[in-house]
Amino acid sequence: MYRGKLWTMRQYAGFGTAQETNKRYKYLLSQGQTGLSMAFDLPTQIGYDSDDKMALGEVGRVGVAITSLADMERVFDGIPLDKVSTSMTINATASILLALYLAVADKQGVPWSKVSGTVQNDILKEYIARGTYIFPPQPSLRLIADIVEFCAKEVPGWNTISVGGYHMREAGCTAAQEIAFTLADGIAYVQTCIERGLDVDSFAPRIAFFFNCHSNFLEEVAKFRAARRLWAHIMRDRFGAKNERSMMLRFHTQTAGSTLTAQQPDNNVVRTTIEALAAVLGGTQSLHTNAKDEALALPTEESALLALRTQQIIAHESGVTAEPDPLGGSYYVESLTNQLEQHAREYLNKIDNTGGMLKAIESGYVYKEIYHAAYEHQKAVERKEKIIVGVNEYVSNTPVKVQMQKTDSKLEPRRRRELAALRKKRNQAKVSKCLATLEKAAKGTENLMPIIVDCVRNYVTVGEICKVLRGTFGEYRASHSI
Amino acid sequence: MKHPIKVLIAKAGLDGHERGALVVAMGLRDAGMEVVYTGIRNTPEQVVAAAVQEDVDVIGLSSLSGGHMAQFTRVMELLKKEKVKGVLVFAGGIIPDNDVKKLKKLGIKKVFGPGSSIAGIAEFLKKHVKSK
Repeated sequence: MYRGKLWTMRQYAGFGTAQETNKRYKYLLSQGQTGLSMAFDLPTQIGYDSDDKMALGEVGRVGVAITSLADMERVFDGIPLDKVSTSMTINATASILLALYLAVADKQGVPWSKVSGTVQNDILKEYIARGTYIFPPQPSLRLIADIVEFCAKEVPGWNTISVGGYHMREAGCTAAQEIAFTLADGIAYVQTCIERGLDVDSFAPRIAFFFNCHSNFLEEVAKFRAARRLWAHIMRDRFGAKNERSMMLRFHTQTAGSTLTAQQPDNNVVRTTIEALAAVLGGTQSLHTNAKDEALALPTEESALLALRTQQIIAHESGVTAEPDPLGGSYYVESLTNQLEQHAREYLNKIDNTGGMLKAIESGYVYKEIYHAAYEHQKAVERKEKIIVGVNEYVSNTPVKVQMQKTDSKLEPRRRRELAALRKKRNQAKVSKCLATLEKAAKGTENLMPIIVDCVRNYVTVGEICKVLRGTFGEYRASHSI
Repeated sequence: MKHPIKVLIAKAGLDGHERGALVVAMGLRDAGMEVVYTGIRNTPEQVVAAAVQEDVDVIGLSSLSGGHMAQFTRVMELLKKEKVKGVLVFAGGIIPDNDVKKLKKLGIKKVFGPGSSIAGIAEFLKKHVKSK
């Protein structure tokens, strides 16, 4: 690792319309970024078209708005899908967005065997943090297994699940909890796929992970080391994996958005550098560095570039890539690694003893653990037991001047007009037929992926597909009390 | 005896970032207030209905996804339409300065950005709210 090959520099981006996102991607690729990471707006993530009433105010805000194949074609216009790998932060609607990507590959004449990328496809953490679930856990797990099974046959270069601890850490959990809850979700997915009848070594090598990198430098390096060791043991001892690749914990890292401050935003460049360095010393396969203005708004082109440059400086100037696991053997790092592994094991045992991760999520146990940790952190900051530079100490009263990325207020009416035109233009008889086939299949047990691919090829929208699935699977509604 | 201040902490729209909302909810409760939390993903109609039903003194709106203008504006319109009076509305989240000015014009008393302290929010509410 690193001696022969650097990590993938993958900056999460996407906003507004498909055209704007296409422009940003081409810019990032021209600046030496080596993989794309697609951010979707909330309506796309939660299965509402841009012209749905539920999408009010959210279209194109936190990512790009994708409603139909026409949008996806525009995003990748002039970007050959056999030349880039694309990571998509998408969960509840992962099967639809993957289908859209494959449909674009078809249009570009790129065979599916040549496309590579990742769908996050990690629904369990959405019930705990971040909240972009649609369906109840059981049918959601079915959709996940459908993707895993389908890709094992049809799209061998695709990473089918990126099991994430990032969002739980952002929501406030500790480093040990991040390891434990992430691996517990991973265990639940592996279990689901084995129950589907898949051989563990046929799909496990395509499961990847996604961690946060916080500001406690040595603890974070140890966290990655502990997670890697623990997962290898789980795969070998619990699931009987034989292939070494099934035991390898490959992971993407993003520096911690929650450590960024709105006060004195230039300080965030320093925080991000420290966090990125910890991720690299921890052996990350892929990295996103946050931009300094992200506690205030979406990053500008300038700040996004500075974030990428931070990685390039670590990679090419710092010399830390000379040796894999360069902190291995340090007394302190080894002892922290052991402690974190032990602590995470205790959580995993507790979760197993209460009947597994699904039960632990449904009972609200994981959620409560995380929010109590978040509250303890806040109290510690307010009592100044934890110092956040520029927030509770070294405060300056100079007003913050940042250039803000503007979002377009005319976007929603424009999207409504575009979609009205699309709905008029497409072959309605084919659309209805696709949706009827989907509904019938959803009620049964067959793999939904090929049917969804057929839907999106005929310009059936994300919202229309989800409406049918909502009707069949029902919707999840969290009942959380404080 | 005076009733404690009753607060509804609400997430309107599709945004699921609830760390801030939950931490503020827990903090205000520990500061002696009665707190109701809506959970994520409510329409403005649901937020206002909850405020009326719970007969709260305060509504705290949270958004970190950039959907605040559309969602909060709708909440304020509905409060007016439903003739809800004497309820203090404050907001929190990632909200740019220009929008803060607009939200204040709509009647949102204060917007707490990143780095705000719970102690500060509690003090603000105690100063400005007369509990029923």
